Amino acid sequence: MSSNPANRAAPHTRAVHPAQCIFSTDHRIIGRQYLVLALVSVILGTLLSLIMRIHLVWPEFFRNPLIKPEDYLAIVTLHGTIMLFFVLTTAPQSGFGNLILPSQIGARHMAFPRLNAASFWLTAIALLVLLASPFVPGGTAISGWTAYPPLSAVASAGPGQALGMDLWLVSIALFAIASTISSINTLVTIVRLRCHGMTWDRLPLTVWGWFTAALLSILAFSVLLAALLMLFCDRHAGTSFFLPTGDLVNGVIHQRGNGSPLLWLHLFWFFGHPEVYIAILPGMGLTSMVLANFSHRRVFGYRLMIATTLAIGFLGILLWGHHMFVAGLNPFASTAFSVTTIAIALPASAKVLSWIATTWRSRPRYTTAMLFSLGFVSLFVTGGLTGPVLAQPILDEYLHNTTFVVGHFHLIMSMAGIVGLFAAIYYWFPQLTASARRPGRLLSESLGRWHFWLTIIGAYTCFLPMYFTGLAGEPRQYAQITAIPNAAGRLLAATRPLNLHITYGAIFLAAAQFVFLYNLIRSLRHGAVASPNPWSATTLEWHPAATDLASGEKITVYHSPCEYRTSPTAEVSFLPQWSEDAVTDVKPE
Amino acid sequence: MPSTITPINTEREKKRRLDDHDSGHGRRPPTDKRTGGGGDNDNWNDKPQGRRGPREKLGRARLGLFFGLAGDLMFFIAIVSAFFVAQGTRHIDAYNRYINEWLPTAIPPILWLNTGVLLISAVTMEIARRTMFVENDVMDEWLGLGKPITRRALPWLSATMFFGLLFLAGQWIAWNQLAVQHVFFRSNPSSHFFYLITYTHAIHLFLGIGALTASLVGLYASRQLETRQILVDCTGWYWHAMGLLWLFLFVLLAFFQ
Repeated sequence: MSSNPANRAAPHTRAVHPAQCIFSTDHRIIGRQYLVLALVSVILGTLLSLIMRIHLVWPEFFRNPLIKPEDYLAIVTLHGTIMLFFVLTTAPQSGFGNLILPSQIGARHMAFPRLNAASFWLTAIALLVLLASPFVPGGTAISGWTAYPPLSAVASAGPGQALGMDLWLVSIALFAIASTISSINTLVTIVRLRCHGMTWDRLPLTVWGWFTAALLSILAFSVLLAALLMLFCDRHAGTSFFLPTGDLVNGVIHQRGNGSPLLWLHLFWFFGHPEVYIAILPGMGLTSMVLANFSHRRVFGYRLMIATTLAIGFLGILLWGHHMFVAGLNPFASTAFSVTTIAIALPASAKVLSWIATTWRSRPRYTTAMLFSLGFVSLFVTGGLTGPVLAQPILDEYLHNTTFVVGHFHLIMSMAGIVGLFAAIYYWFPQLTASARRPGRLLSESLGRWHFWLTIIGAYTCFLPMYFTGLAGEPRQYAQITAIPNAAGRLLAATRPLNLHITYGAIFLAAAQFVFLYNLIRSLRHGAVASPNPWSATTLEWHPAATDLASGEKITVYHSPCEYRTSPTAEVSFLPQWSEDAVTDVKPE
Repeated sequence: MPSTITPINTEREKKRRLDDHDSGHGRRPPTDKRTGGGGDNDNWNDKPQGRRGPREKLGRARLGLFFGLAGDLMFFIAIVSAFFVAQGTRHIDAYNRYINEWLPTAIPPILWLNTGVLLISAVTMEIARRTMFVENDVMDEWLGLGKPITRRALPWLSATMFFGLLFLAGQWIAWNQLAVQHVFFRSNPSSHFFYLITYTHAIHLFLGIGALTASLVGLYASRQLETRQILVDCTGWYWHAMGLLWLFLFVLLAFFQ
């Protein structure tokens, strides 16, 4: 990998000042910077998860240095925060969004290039602040990515809750601001910078995914920022937004206050639930487009898919309470949230059915991107089917805070999200690597196939058994499952065989990513050179002039994406959006 | 007897596009496809994107500001919701009584004055904003014949800055007045919210002052009239949003505690 990915796309004409490269306002460079940040974050997050899994089943490995339960919680916090924010929110939305969005709508640049650069560097600073927290006195925060008070609100409540928690707050606040700025950029670009002929219903579904995710980002991250501000005030300004009266924390009674941790839960989950849709919506859009591309089919129900994307976005704002079924809410509120949660299964299922119908009996071309998109559908279904299970308050009474929930969101969000990212990387690698000086390259297909099968097997091996350990009663975020003396401890220890299986799966899954890393590094310089449109795609980013920023060629769109015709006279049977040749027989196909 | 032989036209007709939405029952009016429907805002001479004149960039800046303000609104909605929740929150005290500790904070009367000052600043801001678009002066300044726009806008922008700073000074006085009465940020639930709401609004207004400064500096430092217009216009809309927000928050604090 070159030392600075920004250098690869620098203009060839004259020597460019390094600051211009590093603080570049070119959306493609910024997109790559985001992807590099996400790659670093995912490696860190994976290492943390491996430490957790190994500690659960083989705690003897961690005698020296010892991982105390509070250290384990610190690892849980870092893992969740890094993966959810710095991988699943940055890479699909900001990483690939910046890289591909302008090309897909025929724009030459994003609407506010300097704001774009600012949002990346804010994100980078946020990551650095977060990664500094293990090194400060007290260590990392231990309150999880959800930061429930009073643990998060009182500095003496636990190790790492003093400076470590403050650093966590600052990091996430910076991230929220960066994310909001980035979303503003995305939205204005989509509304105003579409090219000639690119009407709203000709927009690729990936763009609809980015659009909806950006709308959700703007609404949700602001509420998170308000909550973080109030938590900061509770910690440092003597307020009591979230602290109840007479709270005994670590031997000290905190008298002030009329607050309630429940307020934090409401505010946080009002953000937290749209956040997971922000993470998954771009992937869903990409899956539709990739499945259609390689199945040589139109997307089944294109307008319906647009509607379901928007519906998922809208409904996603209304169901935050399902994270709070055991928090002591009024049971009627639980019912209301249960209804909205089940309601969102409707557009989600419509999407799944559309994906299946798009590829049904189409004899697709099984490229790696296609395989990963099929993997996305598979993981989305297996993870998603347990959503309605958890949406029943009575079932959630038992399953809340068990590994059933962990399995659910890891399958539907982490694995489907990451698999969607892999599909994006394999699909858009020529776009990622093309620059003014070098042509785009392809990742190795054979290595990619290995990567896919190993990842899918690893994912299911690791996360599917978590449903069973959860049903058996294994709580989440426990540092140990053995050596707990009472009857509950024996129940927990009985899950060890399955937990061993899960840990093997986790190690296998992590090891499988070496195939990908090797493929990535090798293909950057030695991958097969890609033709301008290697996948016979119809969307605009594959237009010959799309990556050539200097070209003043006017791009015009003539019809919707995913138009495929089997006409005996046509040489090519796919119709790119920029192709005028839409003349066909009037007879129905 | 030979009947008129009408040639079959269907074979000679130009083939129809499948997506022309004409299934035989007539069609809706054709969508304007130039930038993707919607009328293309101000593109009266069909120029390509990026070349349609200063309103194009202004439109984008305004739209970006709109989305930013939408997010900002959610921020304040979160705080206001917490405000109402806290007012209604009761707990059981040490004597097993079910009590509500909300003691409304009486707003310092100077806040009324501050509200008036902010309204005046909104008026001056709007006048300043409109001076940037006076057609004849725009033409003159753009052509390089002096700086009539700058001359027009400068006093009104300065007046807005003055009133804005006066508002912030008044807020500061209000906080001092409360402090003298020993009502601090940390005193009681009501004061938490009073200070939180007024502090966050003041910080936003301070950012508005920053934008005003940028506009004033930009009047002289920026080379393009378009940029100067965008700076002042967006500052103006932001200022109005903060003004309206203050009205709402003030009413909340004054009458809804």
